[in-house]
Amino acid sequence: MQPKPVVLRILDVISILVLGIAAYLALVIAPTERVMGDVQRIFYFHVGTAWTALLGFIFAAVLSVIYLITKDRKWDRIQVAAIEVSLVFFLITIVLGSIWARPVWNTWWTWDPRLTTATITELIYIAYFMLRQGIDDPDRRARFGAIYALLGGLSAPITFFAIRLFRTIHPVVIGGSNPEADGSFSMTGDMLNVFFFALFTFTIIFIDLFWNRIRLGDLQEKVEQLKLKVMM
Amino acid sequence: MFFQETIPDTSGYMIAGYAIAFIVMGLYVLSFYLRSRNLKQDLAMLEEMDKSVVETDVNLSKPTKQVKSVTKKGRQKQP
Repeated sequence: MQPKPVVLRILDVISILVLGIAAYLALVIAPTERVMGDVQRIFYFHVGTAWTALLGFIFAAVLSVIYLITKDRKWDRIQVAAIEVSLVFFLITIVLGSIWARPVWNTWWTWDPRLTTATITELIYIAYFMLRQGIDDPDRRARFGAIYALLGGLSAPITFFAIRLFRTIHPVVIGGSNPEADGSFSMTGDMLNVFFFALFTFTIIFIDLFWNRIRLGDLQEKVEQLKLKVMM
Repeated sequence: MFFQETIPDTSGYMIAGYAIAFIVMGLYVLSFYLRSRNLKQDLAMLEEMDKSVVETDVNLSKPTKQVKSVTKKGRQKQP
C-alpha cells in the first residue's frame, strides 16, 4: 500500500479540528431555541450529515454511469467508498432525527413521508452491500453495483423533496416553510452561521473519509488479485 | 409548548444525540483501522505464499534435469 499522502494527513487533522469547532459552536455559541430548548442543537449535525449523505448517494449514481461507460473497476471502488461513507452519515441523520422527535413530536418515530423515504433510502444502500457480498465475479459485481446505485440514487432526491411535495409534519427550515410542520423555527443570524459551518464541517469530513475509504478499497483489490494469483 | 413560560429542559436528548453521533463516527474510523490492519496482514501472508510458490517451482525444475542425466548414464552402462 502506498504511504498516506501528506495532503490526506493534513485533511485528517483538519477534519478533527473542524468537527471540534462545529460541536463547540453548536453546543455553546448557538443560541438556545425557546420552544424546543437544547434539543434543537441536534439540528446542526442532523442537517450537516443529511446534506453530505444525500449528495454522496447522488455522486455514487454519477460514478455508476462513469463505470458503465468506461468499465474500469477503479470507478466501482470509488462508488463503493462514496456509498459507504454516505450510509454511515445517513444513519447518524436518522438516529439524530429520532432523538430530536422524542421531546418535540412526543414520539421516537412516526411514518411521516420524510422519515419513510429516508428509511427506504438507508435500507436500499444496506441491501446494496448485502447483495454485493453475494456476487463472486468482480466484473459482474461491479456491473450490478453500478446499475443498482444508479437506480438507488433516485431515492436521494425523493427523500430531499419529500417534505416539499407531500403533507408532512417534518419542518422545512431551508428554502421554504411548512405550515403543518411541528417543530419549525426561524434561524437567527448566529444560528445560520453555526448551521453553515456545520455544513462545511461535514463536507470536509466526508471528503476525508471518502479518500481514506478509496485507499482501503485499493488495498482490498490488491489482496484479491494476489489471492487469485496464489490460488492459480 | 405554546404557552410555556420557561425553556423546556431537553438537554438530555441533546447530549444523547451528540454522544451517538460521535460514537458512530468513532466506530466507523476504528473500522477503517481494523480493516486496513487485517488487509495488510493478509497482503504480507499472500506475498510470502507467492514467494514460496515461486521457489517451489524453481526447486521442482532442478531435480527433473538430474533424473534425466542419471537415466542417460544408466542407459549408457546397460550394454
